[in-house]
Amino acid sequence: MKKLSALALLFAFCACLPGEAFAADGGRPSILGALWKWAPLLLSGFAFNLLISVLAMALGTVLGAVLGLGLVAPSSGLRRTSHAATQFFRNAPWLVLLFFCMYLMPFEFVVGGAVVPFPGWVKAVIGFALPVMANTAEIVRGAVQSIPPAQWEAAESLSFTRRQTLWMVILPQCVKRMLPSWMNLYSLVTMATSLASVVGVSEMLTLTADALAAEGGRTDLMAPFYGFVLFCFFVYCYPIGVWTRRLEARYAVK
Amino acid sequence: MLAEWFRELYRLTGINLTIFTDSFDQALFLRGLGTTVSLSVICLSLSLLIGVLGAWWQASRIPLVRALVKGFVVVFRTTPPLVQIYFFYFGLGAILPRVPNAFGVMQPMVGNTQWAILSLALFAGAFNIEIFRSGIEAVPRSTIEAAESLGFSRSLIFFDVVLPLAFRVCLPALNNNLVNLVKTTTLAYAIAVPETLYAAQQIWTDASNVPEMMTVLLITYVALVGVLVAAVRRIEAKLAIPGGMR
Repeated sequence: MKKLSALALLFAFCACLPGEAFAADGGRPSILGALWKWAPLLLSGFAFNLLISVLAMALGTVLGAVLGLGLVAPSSGLRRTSHAATQFFRNAPWLVLLFFCMYLMPFEFVVGGAVVPFPGWVKAVIGFALPVMANTAEIVRGAVQSIPPAQWEAAESLSFTRRQTLWMVILPQCVKRMLPSWMNLYSLVTMATSLASVVGVSEMLTLTADALAAEGGRTDLMAPFYGFVLFCFFVYCYPIGVWTRRLEARYAVK
Repeated sequence: MLAEWFRELYRLTGINLTIFTDSFDQALFLRGLGTTVSLSVICLSLSLLIGVLGAWWQASRIPLVRALVKGFVVVFRTTPPLVQIYFFYFGLGAILPRVPNAFGVMQPMVGNTQWAILSLALFAGAFNIEIFRSGIEAVPRSTIEAAESLGFSRSLIFFDVVLPLAFRVCLPALNNNLVNLVKTTTLAYAIAVPETLYAAQQIWTDASNVPEMMTVLLITYVALVGVLVAAVRRIEAKLAIPGGMR
């Protein structure tokens, strides 16, 4: 019921603004007609957003897991270095990190005479993976530290090595605890992929601006088109949020 | 003195930090930094206001008000802030009438900076509502009953009893959100609000010193956010209720 009302509200938010939504005047396509015409292109752009988000999340999670283990390492030097890296990438705004990767990475590599292109969207994936890495590291640290220390001691008294304790006792329990925050992070990454439009990756928001320009910059189309972008992200991210809350409730540490 | 040193640095190493050697670039960058700070402060206060009012209305006795607040929170939390800014600036800005300015030139009723402030405040406010709600729920029922039995009115209970207690409970989450807000102000770059990122871009287009300005930019934001994090930690420690609230 709540879901329905929220959806209805968003629809109203997007659609009610222009009054003459259905009326076509003098050869110009109506608002819904224009939206219908461009929807396949815009949705393909959205698919690109999702691809970037999945790749960035995968890369960021792998790096973040390593960094997170560094945060709970026994060596204080390693811990401090990991901590500095985590804080740095958590404090830097996503957009600035994206700019950093976009402008400072080469657009192609030469590997043994062969030129390997390095397109903008791959750099965007790396740009998004950096904050994901830092946030994942924090999630891992939080989960590892939430396991009662008695378990470490118990494993030690059973003559487990540190590595065995970590891999066989601690981490399997952490996965469950990390899942809600990790999914929350994924939802954030998906929303952040729209930032790639600022640096010229042709994802949904860029294509929307292109489509609007192709329609001759009609001002009455802007709110519905951007409303459609909002709607697509909402439809994708809302279920993730609901599922996250459900998992949170199920795994809640009482 | 300092400018001399950086000019020497440029001569010896090729590191071209025009924000130290060129007074124009320096002013541009400092103005950008000022805009970022004022943008953050204004959005921060507005978002806190939205958070308090929203949390208050979310406990309203009228179901429609509750549903509207709920819908607002859900929509603004699950859509990208950049698209929200575009929606407001391009979508709504195009619909609003144009008004003549002081020179008689027609211009949009709401400028880009105002739209950026509005959308960022709404975005952060939606998160604040949710944070305040969870804090309010953590205030024990018996405390409210005690206030009721002392003859406090509904609004007096909310502002004088519940809110101060809830504020302390949700301070960590609130701080997190406020730090996020400061980072999100960079998005105002996309609609040409002259904040730090925008100023930096103008400088590197002029002086073609992208790597230097990028590094300056990263360090600036990390320092800015770092200072903020340290400050809110201190506030958190100062406001902590001795013995915790149980």
